[in-house]
Amino acid sequence: MRAYVLRFGRCSAAPERRTVITVAALTVAALALALLGLCQGATWASPAEVLRALAGQGDAVVVITEWRAPRVAAALVFGAALGLSGAVFQNLTRNPLGSPDVIGLDSGAYTGALVVITVLGGTSAQLATGSILGGLVTAAAVYVLSARGGLSGLRLIVIGIAVNAVLVALNSWIVLRAELEVAIAATAWHAGSLNGVNWEDVLLPFAVIGVLAAGAPFLAHAIQQAALGDEIAMTSGVDLPRLRLLLVLAGVTCTATVTAVAGPIAFIALSAPQIGRRLAGAPGVPLAPAALTGAVLLLAADLAAQLLLAPISLPVGVVTTVIGGCYLIWLLYREVRRA
Amino acid sequence: MTVADARLAAREITLGYGERVVSAGLNVAVPDGAFTAVVGANASGKSTLLRALVRLLRPEAGAVLLDGKDVRGYRPKAIAREIAFLPQNLLAPENIVAKRLVARGRYPHQSPLSTWSAADERAVDEAMAAAGVTDLAERPVTELSGGQRQRVWMAMVLAQQTGHLLLDEPTTFLDIAHQYQLLALLARLRDQGRTIVAVLHDINQACRYADHIVAMKDGKIAAEGPPGEVIDAALVEDVFGMPCVVVPDPVTGTPMVVPTL
Repeated sequence: MRAYVLRFGRCSAAPERRTVITVAALTVAALALALLGLCQGATWASPAEVLRALAGQGDAVVVITEWRAPRVAAALVFGAALGLSGAVFQNLTRNPLGSPDVIGLDSGAYTGALVVITVLGGTSAQLATGSILGGLVTAAAVYVLSARGGLSGLRLIVIGIAVNAVLVALNSWIVLRAELEVAIAATAWHAGSLNGVNWEDVLLPFAVIGVLAAGAPFLAHAIQQAALGDEIAMTSGVDLPRLRLLLVLAGVTCTATVTAVAGPIAFIALSAPQIGRRLAGAPGVPLAPAALTGAVLLLAADLAAQLLLAPISLPVGVVTTVIGGCYLIWLLYREVRRA
Repeated sequence: MTVADARLAAREITLGYGERVVSAGLNVAVPDGAFTAVVGANASGKSTLLRALVRLLRPEAGAVLLDGKDVRGYRPKAIAREIAFLPQNLLAPENIVAKRLVARGRYPHQSPLSTWSAADERAVDEAMAAAGVTDLAERPVTELSGGQRQRVWMAMVLAQQTGHLLLDEPTTFLDIAHQYQLLALLARLRDQGRTIVAVLHDINQACRYADHIVAMKDGKIAAEGPPGEVIDAALVEDVFGMPCVVVPDPVTGTPMVVPTL
């Protein structure tokens, strides 16, 4: 195998060479984009100034570390979370269309957050809880409605798309019925935006996503085995019902945590895992390339959102929707023709 | 051999899918270290029985036992180190090369922190040699011929290093030469001490290679025992509904069924 064999004591692994190279290249790309993101703003700061500001020196410390850094960090971490969530659901459904933004989980999470904000007012912890519950309820609804078709198959996707449409309408209705200030806040957030994100907003979501990301390598082995089909997976020792439950919980939490802060950012979860998979030339939908591709995509999209109509900053969700929408049409066309 | 002293056995199991009961109160003992062939007409409950033995189907009553303990009481990886299963419909992930696929058979011996130990590497190399696919190691599985692919999957379940290997119609998609190669491989594995159970469609192949035949009809066991003792014209007519004569196979002397339709 074209792989690096790593063995230390009881630990061992044999990652494919191409996967390792892809992961390294994506990491470099993410860091380069992050530097660009810190340079770019109302005024341009040179990379040298940025590095000095990160070390706590120079005039630009506040601008770089308090204004720009949270936004760049949020784009990276949320992008990774969306990529991870997409990979989890695409593995679960064994379908490149089975991603949380397509099957309505993002809209459901947003519904949960909207209910919390209009009924309770909403602290960030309440918002996060509301959106996770919204996502889980939606996942349960999609699963029950498509129960006879099983987890894999076009039926679940089509029902998910329908549920998504219903939820989008429901969300608009909630916003229309809400008080004016709430409606204005909700609408800005509706498109999925990182405008004005600060460290306070992202601390809790970063912690949640960090815990899930740390757990991902422990699930990756079982996820890979489950790609061989239910029968081989179960008879080779995968506890499939438990794995599926863990994956749904982890995947919904990932995407809902992002939605709670930034609103529903569409199509990163759909496209990042497939792009990462193709770059890595790997069987199945591997998690690490998906997360890194997600980080690169969201940060690139957010930079584009800031630059396209500068000085007006677009919501990043608008950019991801335009790019991702074309991808979705192509994917739908291919999947329907294949089925 | 009785249910009480076989390592793998089913005791009074009732099997079905929802309302539809396929088998009721079935007792099966799998002879240790032997090649058992399960035969019968379509929808006679062969695959259902096999699925119950490998824990893919939960009996509505009764239990499947390994070493006297209910297989559902084992941890998933522990039971997967004892019993391997090759299903009929197999789907390899895109882009996977043969050796990577065979390595997946090591799953029950691995943990998330150890996915390629020296023991894993040895087992994979041995399994690929036994199945005759060493030369295919770096080839993408989707580009292999049907016969090659089936042997790669065989290598995967061999790498699982289990005492029991169960196969659901492993010869179905193979041409006749590859069918006999696969059966000869199963017989060699039996000679090395493994217990083999295979659902086979061709009763003559079953008679030639198996030590023990389980003939099923309408979810019940119509007859079981060594091929020479159980296979006769009356049984074949009863189980398959096909008039025939049974003559000695000119090569092996085992029973050979010749239809008289």
